[in-house]
Amino acid sequence: MTRASRAPAGREAAARDGVQTRALLRIRYLAARAAGMAVLLVGVSVLLFAIMHAAPGGPEAMLVGETFDPAVAESLRRQYGLDDPVPVQYVRWAAGALRGDFGRSFRDGQPVMLHIRERLGPTLQLTAGGLLLAVLAAVPLGVAAAARRGRATDHLASAAMIIGVSFPSFWLGILLILGFSSLLGWLPAAGIAPYGLEGDLLERVRYAVLPTVTLAVTQFAALARFTRSSMLDALGRDYVRTAEAKGAGRGAVLYRHALRNGLIPVVTAVGLSLPALLGGAVLTETVFSWPGLGRLAVDAILERDYPVIMAIELIVAAAVVLANFLTDVVYTLVDPRITLE
Amino acid sequence: MRVGLAVMGARGWSGALLVGLLVLAAAAGPALAPQDYAEQDLTRRLEPPSAAHWLGTDGLGRDILSRLLWGARLSLAIGVGATALAVAVGIGAGAVAGYFRGRADRMLMRATDVFMCIPALFLVLIVVAVFGASVRNTVLVIGLAYWPPTARFVRGEVLALRGQPFVEAARALGAADLHILGGHVLRNAMPLVLTQASLFVANAVLIESALSFLGLGVPPPLPSWGAMLADGRRFLLQGWWIATFPGLAIFLVVLGFNLLGDGLREALDPRLAAPRRRRGVAA
Repeated sequence: MTRASRAPAGREAAARDGVQTRALLRIRYLAARAAGMAVLLVGVSVLLFAIMHAAPGGPEAMLVGETFDPAVAESLRRQYGLDDPVPVQYVRWAAGALRGDFGRSFRDGQPVMLHIRERLGPTLQLTAGGLLLAVLAAVPLGVAAAARRGRATDHLASAAMIIGVSFPSFWLGILLILGFSSLLGWLPAAGIAPYGLEGDLLERVRYAVLPTVTLAVTQFAALARFTRSSMLDALGRDYVRTAEAKGAGRGAVLYRHALRNGLIPVVTAVGLSLPALLGGAVLTETVFSWPGLGRLAVDAILERDYPVIMAIELIVAAAVVLANFLTDVVYTLVDPRITLE
Repeated sequence: MRVGLAVMGARGWSGALLVGLLVLAAAAGPALAPQDYAEQDLTRRLEPPSAAHWLGTDGLGRDILSRLLWGARLSLAIGVGATALAVAVGIGAGAVAGYFRGRADRMLMRATDVFMCIPALFLVLIVVAVFGASVRNTVLVIGLAYWPPTARFVRGEVLALRGQPFVEAARALGAADLHILGGHVLRNAMPLVLTQASLFVANAVLIESALSFLGLGVPPPLPSWGAMLADGRRFLLQGWWIATFPGLAIFLVVLGFNLLGDGLREALDPRLAAPRRRRGVAA
């Protein structure tokens, strides 16, 4: 209130100061978050390493498990550096990971990054497509259900949402294959493209339909539920009542007042849905023999390929941490009320 | 709580019905099942549903209905066991963090941060990769993956309750911290924690079947629904029934626990009745 009594020029300066302070605050806040992110990733890497070495024999057992010749086992151990003390192994692994070097696969001796780079594209395509589809379907449905709370639309939408949340994605994938591939023969059941036609866009789309829909459905249901409750929350606020009291129409209240505020938490929900999305990708890729990271992770576990497992786990965790950070950044931009501490 | 249950609504009751059916199948399943879950008849492989085999037979000529009934026990035991573990650890950590605050709170919350960076399925996968697949490991690993969200939830409830007048009154009367925490704070937090637990059972059942589907769950020939589904995927072209019925069973159980959790929450959470309290937007 002291500002209001100042001269107009002073008020402008104060407003400018306010803007600058806020920008500074934001930078400081984001810097602190970035530092926290780095600490978190160190924690994750230690946790992963600890899990890996908690087992009897640790990665060594995975490597030499079926080798009975002690001399061969010894040379394998030395080759992969498994005869060093565990802290030394950790530092070497972490330092390599920072440079994008995760060592060599136990299975074929190829660099782990080579396998990962090969599989990253298909997984990105699948998850991005699935998330986009899920958001495009979930937000309108959630908003419509909230706007017609307690009416038939809401009941139908809510039923669809809880069914979607409960549907095992791998079963959905199988049912879609049964229906659209085996029975109707419209769409291919497995793979990313026919051999030799990887560049054919139409074929790529045809192969992507079923996996993308499968992955999208579970995400869709969770996001729609969240959108609905967030919109209900916004519709119950004082500013909505004020707008209604001032005679604003239903549409204006919904779209101009409630929607803008109600969708802010949805931004967060989308950002935080990455873990579920990646978990869903593992199952979807398995059902549809999709050559992505999730399938690579499952294969690596079945074959006990320790360096590949560790690399995928760390990359996935890093992606989640980064997504959380970006969600925060977006949040500070779209919600001016947010306090930057 | 009794008043709360009475107003649970149709949604919650239909969930309770589904869960009740699962409990019944788990209790009486082996007695009701026409055959043992491991009984093979290679002369009757891949038979469609018939009077002899209501839900058909699988690739080894095993009766699918029998395996589903036996599997109910496995699904329920793992789902509830893993949730009980997650809730026990979560209540301990969440109560300490929310009630005593300070260093313990900060350290516990950092620990949950670290765990929650790894998606549940990936955390479960790496532990199974290292320790091997078994019923016990499946329970342990799913419990491990779900303690952080439980701890966060309990902490939030404890934080909200510890400032309430009745807690201050107890403190003013000279009650010890442990007495206040156990007798007043946790007792009032429990209904909502159990509501949350119902939703976690749904997740645990899903993760368990996902693990067995990937071939990393309970070892064969145990009739895990997820493993039966994986089997069905292999024989997809020879028999639609092999994948369809186990999937339906998983879906109905998960749906049941989700509906029950939703119904309980609607009945017990005072915040859902009135417009929600404003949550802090600070990150």
